[in-house]
Amino acid sequence: MEDVKGSDGLGDTELRLGLPGTSTATRSAKRALPEGDEESHDELRRTSAAKAQVVGWPPIRSYRKNSFPGRKVEAEAAAGLYVKVSMDGAPYLRKIDLGVYKGYKELREGLDNMFKCFSLAELSRREGGSGSEYAITYEDKDGDLMLVGDVPWEMFISSCKRLRIMKGSEARGLNSRH
Amino acid sequence: MTYFPEEVVEHIFGFLSSHRDRNVVSTVCKAWYRVERLSRRSVFVGNCYAVRPGRVMARFPGMKCLSVKGKPHFADFNLVPHDWGGFALPWIEVAARGCPGLEELRLKRMVVSDESLELLARSFPNLKALVLVSCEGFSTDGLAAIATHCRGLRELDLQENEVEDHGRQWLSCFPDSCTSLESLNFACLKGEVNACALERLVARCVNLRSLKLNRAISVESLARILARTPHLVELGTGSFTVEHRAEAYQRLIHAFRKCKSLKSLSGFWDIAPRCLQAIYSICPNLIVLNLSYAPAIQGADLVKLIRHCFKLQKLWVLDCIGDKGLAVVASSCKELLELRVFPSDIYGTGTAAVTEEGLVAISSGCSKLNSLLYFCHQMTNAALITVAKNCTHFTRFRLCILDPGKPDPDTNQPLDEGFGAIVRSCKDLRRLSLSGLLTDKVFLYIGEYAAHLEMLSIAFAGDSDKGMVYVLNGCKNLRKLEIRDSPFGDAALLENVGKYETMRSLWMSSCDVTLGGCKALAAKMPRLNVEVINDRDDSDEMEENPSDMHKVEKMYVYRTLAGARNDAPEFVEIL
Repeated sequence: MEDVKGSDGLGDTELRLGLPGTSTATRSAKRALPEGDEESHDELRRTSAAKAQVVGWPPIRSYRKNSFPGRKVEAEAAAGLYVKVSMDGAPYLRKIDLGVYKGYKELREGLDNMFKCFSLAELSRREGGSGSEYAITYEDKDGDLMLVGDVPWEMFISSCKRLRIMKGSEARGLNSRH
Repeated sequence: MTYFPEEVVEHIFGFLSSHRDRNVVSTVCKAWYRVERLSRRSVFVGNCYAVRPGRVMARFPGMKCLSVKGKPHFADFNLVPHDWGGFALPWIEVAARGCPGLEELRLKRMVVSDESLELLARSFPNLKALVLVSCEGFSTDGLAAIATHCRGLRELDLQENEVEDHGRQWLSCFPDSCTSLESLNFACLKGEVNACALERLVARCVNLRSLKLNRAISVESLARILARTPHLVELGTGSFTVEHRAEAYQRLIHAFRKCKSLKSLSGFWDIAPRCLQAIYSICPNLIVLNLSYAPAIQGADLVKLIRHCFKLQKLWVLDCIGDKGLAVVASSCKELLELRVFPSDIYGTGTAAVTEEGLVAISSGCSKLNSLLYFCHQMTNAALITVAKNCTHFTRFRLCILDPGKPDPDTNQPLDEGFGAIVRSCKDLRRLSLSGLLTDKVFLYIGEYAAHLEMLSIAFAGDSDKGMVYVLNGCKNLRKLEIRDSPFGDAALLENVGKYETMRSLWMSSCDVTLGGCKALAAKMPRLNVEVINDRDDSDEMEENPSDMHKVEKMYVYRTLAGARNDAPEFVEIL
């Protein structure tokens, strides 16, 4: 189980996109990873991470999804807190529903999961980093670019208009709202 | 054979049941074309934009049954914007003018307005069957019009449509003189219906064999209905919330015992485990069982039921049945042909309900299985290889591992070998949906071995353009290809442009195809419509003239004789 003990704020929101399995201190290795297997994933981390809310996934008809009252119903039209997520270097945007996450940690895990699918660890390696760290930023109601994690979660989800994952170096100059 | 008189040729054509066969014979020579088109009674249009309605009516003046499909399949998962198109009205308008003998209309994934239904009802008072699947745009008012005017209606089948509720009176619009109904399915309606009117209706329709109620129908009402319809073959119950000691429940058990012909059961919303007892008497005769709307039923409850269903051929359940439950299915249901296991917990508290073990168990017990839809949390290559060995008759194989791009948890390898085994072993495979971590290799296998594959669904898979090219060059019978979130770009798209004229359609979303690539395709192939579908709320970002390098979020390509459609909304650009 992932166990990043950062303080509230930046630590929790730091997206690590280095080689899978190298970024966390504690990881119970139930399975010995094949040697040199760079595609290996941290399975436990995957199962515990909040599933990223990719539109249209899993492929279940809305009719069926909406048939279960009392469960979290994804009316994918208007009801969710959908924001776009872009990542520097990734070819296209994703959309996620902030309402699904309980807090910053789950959001980070969800985004990590989502973008890892697209082999972006590879991308970051190619661009000269070795899993250089990324920062999650967001654009708020006023159009300002802020670092994610500074304000209470509830305040964040009501003011966040879109998310942008950028290289750590670029994010350093950003204001923190304190 | 051209020396036979036309009546003989026509008689021979009468033995051809598939529309594909009829399409083929019509291309042999002009004489056969003429005989065929005048004698064709049932017409299937797989893509409503591939041909103009007028042309269909003109070619087949004797048409009695028409089937039309609208939106692409991925519309089911909200990937197609709401007002993209697929309107039924033009078809109904043209049919009203040019095809007065129409008796049956089947529409799938189309937008059907109340206006269209009213026009349909008034233009075709002799309509015998109306089947709407995954449609939207109409309300119970439209249904009222059908009930009122279509005097000899035999079949009204509404499957999984979005229907606006404008009141319960529509059912009362079936006149007292209506006794012809054989099949009535309104399970997808959200609102109440007039229970008394329903009970009277089913009582006087003595040929009623299929009845699927909606959730609003109580157990009490169901008991009364069943008492009047002991010859039912297919039943969809309403809501099953009842105290098992209640009188209504006892009456229901009694009524079920009298229904000796029941072979298919569905519905069961909110059924409590104890109440499953009511159907124990039917189980030995059951061929079709759909419990996929009963989340309260866990593995153990289900297992007691399934043990008695030894004739079962089609089973739809939720994954709460668990691997152990599937093992019981495997040992009890030797005649099983189709299995669907739906997820009960999509948003992941992470309780892994079914895994590869359940699937392997099914495959060892149910070797006749030919159709599978399986949602699970993980899958291994070893399991898929075993499944492929045990079940060689798959025609439809759809596997959905809930976590996109997840590898084999035992080996951390992609699932290329597992799916490869499936396509090698199942020579009649027509439909395949992939998931899990997959490289270009799986597409190499598919292109090489899946000779009869007609429909392929790809998500979060592949490494490069090569993957898509293997499929386009290899699968000779491919008709529909739908791809999302995979790294296929312009080179793959443009590698084999002629292929798309042999297919119904190609869908690509969140891939690497650019606007320039789409334009190039459109320029090379004038008989394809290349639709670029933009996200509506991208308008704040959309430049006036997006560059050709701009990646296209959604692209839908289809062959057509009708040219660019004139009903496309603003956010769709047809190149």
